[in-house]
Amino acid sequence: MATIHVDGKQYEVNGAENLLEACLNLGLDIPYFCWHPALGSVGACRQCAVKAFRDENDKQGRIVMSCMTPASNGTFISIDDEEAKQFREAIVEFLMTNHPHDCPVCEEGGHCHLQDMTVMTGHHSRSYRFDKRTHLNQDLGPFIGHEMNRCISCYRCVRYYKDYAGGTDLGVYGAAANVYFGRPEDGTLESEFSGNLTEVCPTGVFTDKTHSERYNRKWDMQYAPSICESCAVGCNLSPGERYGEIRRVENRYHGELNGYFLCDRGRFGYGYTNRKDRPRQPLVAGEVVTRETAIAAATAALKGKKVLGIGSPRASLEANYALRGLVGAEAFHDGHALGDAALVQLALAIVRDGPVRASTISEIEGADAVLVLGEDPTATAPRFALAIRQAARGKGKALAAEKKLAEWQTIALADLLQRDSYPVFIASVDTTRLDDIARATHRAAPEDLARLGYAIAHAIDASAPAVSGLDAATAELAQTIATALASAKRPLVVSGTGAGSPAVLQAAANVAWALKAKNDATGLALSLPEANSFGTALLGGASLEAALTQIESGAVDTLVVLENDLYRRAPQARVEAALARLKHLIVIDHQATPTAARAQVVLPAATVFEGDGTLVNYEGRAQRFFQVFDPTYYDNKIGLTESWRWLADLEARSAWKILDDVTAACAQALPALAGIVAAAPGAAFRIDGLKVAREPHRYSGRTAMRANQSVHEPRQPQDPDTALSFSMEGYNGTGSLDRPPELTPYAWSPGWNSPSAWNKFQQEIGGSLRGGDPGKQLFAAGAGKPYFGEVPAAFAPRGDAYRVLALHLHFGGDELSSRAEPIVKRASPAFVAISRADAVKSGVNGHATLAIDGAQLRLPTYISDTLPAGTIGLPAGFAGVPFFVHGALATVSGG
Amino acid sequence: MSAAIEKDLLVRPLTARITAGLPVDLASYEATGGYRALRRALKELSPADVQSRVKDSNLRGRGGAGFPTGVKWGLVPMGPDAGAKYLVCNADEMEPNTFKDRLLMEDAPHQLIEGMLVAGYAIQATAGYIFLRGEYVKAAARLNAALAEARAAGLLGPTDGKGILGSGWDFTLVVHTGAGRYICGEETALINSLEGRRANPRAKPPFPQIAGAWGRPTVVNNVESLCNIAPIVEYGAEWFRGLSQGKSKDGGTKLYGASGRVKRGGIYELPIGTTAREILEEHAGGMREGYTLKCWLPGGASTDFLMPEHLDLAMDFDTIAKAGSRMGTGLILALDQTHNMVAAVRNLEEFFARESCGWCTPCRDGLPWSVKMLKALEEGRGSAEDIVQLEKLTKLLGPGKTFCAHAPGAMEPLQSALKFFRSEFEAGVAKTPAAAAGADALAATGASSAKVA
Repeated sequence: MATIHVDGKQYEVNGAENLLEACLNLGLDIPYFCWHPALGSVGACRQCAVKAFRDENDKQGRIVMSCMTPASNGTFISIDDEEAKQFREAIVEFLMTNHPHDCPVCEEGGHCHLQDMTVMTGHHSRSYRFDKRTHLNQDLGPFIGHEMNRCISCYRCVRYYKDYAGGTDLGVYGAAANVYFGRPEDGTLESEFSGNLTEVCPTGVFTDKTHSERYNRKWDMQYAPSICESCAVGCNLSPGERYGEIRRVENRYHGELNGYFLCDRGRFGYGYTNRKDRPRQPLVAGEVVTRETAIAAATAALKGKKVLGIGSPRASLEANYALRGLVGAEAFHDGHALGDAALVQLALAIVRDGPVRASTISEIEGADAVLVLGEDPTATAPRFALAIRQAARGKGKALAAEKKLAEWQTIALADLLQRDSYPVFIASVDTTRLDDIARATHRAAPEDLARLGYAIAHAIDASAPAVSGLDAATAELAQTIATALASAKRPLVVSGTGAGSPAVLQAAANVAWALKAKNDATGLALSLPEANSFGTALLGGASLEAALTQIESGAVDTLVVLENDLYRRAPQARVEAALARLKHLIVIDHQATPTAARAQVVLPAATVFEGDGTLVNYEGRAQRFFQVFDPTYYDNKIGLTESWRWLADLEARSAWKILDDVTAACAQALPALAGIVAAAPGAAFRIDGLKVAREPHRYSGRTAMRANQSVHEPRQPQDPDTALSFSMEGYNGTGSLDRPPELTPYAWSPGWNSPSAWNKFQQEIGGSLRGGDPGKQLFAAGAGKPYFGEVPAAFAPRGDAYRVLALHLHFGGDELSSRAEPIVKRASPAFVAISRADAVKSGVNGHATLAIDGAQLRLPTYISDTLPAGTIGLPAGFAGVPFFVHGALATVSGG
Repeated sequence: MSAAIEKDLLVRPLTARITAGLPVDLASYEATGGYRALRRALKELSPADVQSRVKDSNLRGRGGAGFPTGVKWGLVPMGPDAGAKYLVCNADEMEPNTFKDRLLMEDAPHQLIEGMLVAGYAIQATAGYIFLRGEYVKAAARLNAALAEARAAGLLGPTDGKGILGSGWDFTLVVHTGAGRYICGEETALINSLEGRRANPRAKPPFPQIAGAWGRPTVVNNVESLCNIAPIVEYGAEWFRGLSQGKSKDGGTKLYGASGRVKRGGIYELPIGTTAREILEEHAGGMREGYTLKCWLPGGASTDFLMPEHLDLAMDFDTIAKAGSRMGTGLILALDQTHNMVAAVRNLEEFFARESCGWCTPCRDGLPWSVKMLKALEEGRGSAEDIVQLEKLTKLLGPGKTFCAHAPGAMEPLQSALKFFRSEFEAGVAKTPAAAAGADALAATGASSAKVA
């Protein structure tokens, strides 16, 4: 602790921060540009100047940069000092010598840190009367717009993109008043985390191109606290809507999960909600019908029939629970792809019941030795990957501490670190997007990855099962990794379901558990197939295999499919055959899937942006997402509602009026889910008697919103389900300390219109939100478990029958985001990867013809120097790549 | 060794060999006592002994800041666990009208190499780098030739573990030529550039002595400072302090110089503390016929102008600082009555604006603004506001306001010109508003109205 004196007042601070952080924490505003809570201090912009005094008798003082000055005990500073104020105003004036006055046509306007800071300094008229420098802009791909004339050279973009996110294709060029931030040449930014540039940039150089096409000011959009569905991490989102379309997705700060940053799939993949081809009205036999007709048709298909339900790991708990209620617990199936349900149950058993609970993203960032086993986290849990990068870089903090330097001294940290890092070991089927930070990489088939993992666990703890017949190089690698993990203070094991192998998960668990016996600070993070994988696993449905078997036996009359496309879950021929045995197929979904195309009754469902519900992430954290907008307000022909409402109607459950009723019923029925009620405040919650406003209080044009349909302004939509209002009326401030963090739709605080406003919602800068980080942990501390003991046999190539391995890619494999146009543009075309030797052997050249499970397909080939011999890799979930089960075999021929 | 040179070396340790016209090779350097200091240091002195000699000599850094060299070395962690350490010679001589290090490197390269060896030994450095201004092609060739000679003679590593001259201490030394940025003269920017990164200065702390090149303890010394090391070790601290002949409390000689319209521009090795008058009038021979001294820069573009009445000041760090300027590199630039001060300052600020690394706002955006105003004043289309704004800039770009000393240095000639020659600036204020807007000039270039921008 330290006592500092600011403008004559005394404050207690923690003593480890710099003065800028300390003052912001105290609620004292100092303008800044180059400093960023996640990027640290570099002293470039000189905006955060304050006057520092030697002691209370020093009246002279001197200008210092608050971001570069420790808030140590006995510091005397003044923010209000006249010279300091004039200096800060002058800094903005300097920046404005080149910054264009294009706010009215700039997409950053109203959401711009530079505007906010300009107002904060009081700069309003300038003396500069000469020309401004101009730059050419670049085409940076489908996500990011580039307008370099607006650049104020704070260097945040390159510090984020290169130093933080490990990107290599964005740099700073030139010098003096002609510094240029861009790529060496036009072209798509390669990093999977490029979208954060739009929030890191304090002005309008890097803007969201997906938003540009349907642009609205920040204050003219409606927001809700949302959760990303593109993987199981559960990053918190702040989606903005206008005229019935999601127009932009921004980061919603979460201290333990996403922090300040999202991946590009999560940020730019929202377009599936806006698709014109979505079912928005109920269909019976392909014809649009009324809600009543649809319900009647569905009820007829259900009544007295043998009914099965297939739920969905991309649907809310409430929707899945409602389906379970409709069809009965025995007839409810969890909807994971063939083979995945067992993997998810295994992961659940490891994380929930084992001795090492799942690490948060911020805990991953703090690890000092990492083993990634069987996963390419940049694709399967992208936020893990960004966090692992920070873990590797974290050694800089330790080196700085040795030299008695603060960890916010970013330049010094990098200078000390050079190319050193904490060790990261990556064992995977093929190259990953984290290989650049790996101390060692190892490529092998899943069985062999598992064997490596088992060997590492055994090397750490001899009581863990040993692996026989390991080759010398692998045994040595296992020993190296074991030594590094065992000697670390905060070792971390990252694995998941991506390799499609229970043995890999078991081996990863053994490593973590072996470490845990020696070191309580051991971490574990398992990626899962879908956003609500754990949620559906906790509901305990039977597997898709069981459902298909029953249907194939002809014992099922009616199948209800909830937010699921079976063609992505099982081989096409099997799905077709199964569906052909049904009398009735009812599909509740928000996308026009091949499964929906086969249905007699299609009930249009809400996407995550159009409804409310609860998801359980990879940690076992239940998080509520809230409806951003009511689509029926803009077009009363739209008949979509939340899936659980359809299901409640089908069952005629009059007791379920609002979301809270379903959530509570689910929590009551399933003790494992008892905590979900507490994931967010219920519909009755009020702050000072008010609901929380979804719209900023400057929201304009509301009364004219539907003037093209009728000049009579309808009543605003009412929201019985939540404590949020579809209006600018309601609680809109940051002032109340009672504001639950789960109910913050967007970042705004008086004077802070940009994402920097999140600082106003935090207990301390970069830490937890006031009131705690959102969500409710469902898992209690686990107990010690015996090691898994089934060490698999080594993989052996089987001649012409190639083992098909799932290759996970960041773009193109995820079902929903790959229905968004910008993601389609960004994704690579489907391909088949084959090792060089096998390519020669099988005679493939440019293209290959594959036969898998009776299906034939022809794909361009990618010759890999790292893929294990005897295997081929297919991009999982890609358009043009059929579903294949884990362990599938394929024949390969050229041409 | 001839007695004449021996005697001369005791008075002018830096240039005695040069003025004697000796070849720059190893043989003639050794014939005149070269590498004696190295042999003595390695055989007879501990690193701490060498450090204390240099400390006692009161040698102050000759790059311009005057920081005591021995104190700088004293901050380096020593001991068997200290690991890799580096000695870097700052030979990026880019200060306008400064050309002293060039002379030393072109004509006495072995003295620099010996100085670096002894300095490297004193701090137990593992490797040395000479960061050389890229345009110094001749110096690069001669330094590299000298390094090759020294390596062949076993005076430089790598020595396969035997150490230099069998001492067990190994040291490698290479020349790294810069790519042409003035900011590389700033020691931390130099280190970044040496590492292959952008030449932006680093934040201090940590100081390079703790974490410099590649994160390791690093000492950066100027060429002239390093060239003094061997003589100090050879002849002792007391001798060195006496070289100033009582003209200054600092020790040693100093390479002074003069340029401008003087009769004999050049470099002169004189006792530190010699007056500017002696340098200009005796050694440089005074102003050329028809020219009178208007004002002078004591030691580079980043020092304040001084007036003829300051000529009797001793040219040492403290005396010139008291007069409101800095001795800097000690190479005087004489301006005469034909020079317009607005044009002169504009010329300097153009240099500084161009050479800003672009890291911090006041420097990056403030310097080009000053150039534009100075240009307007120079062309008679200035406004009275420009002078006010220029004065503001001298404060806003002053010490402590910017990330490094580049912009504060740039403000020194500007603020002193405004102080001594304000009327010349006022003369540039346009008589009519149209002229102030520069309407004619802009119409001619096709540029749009600058006033609205």
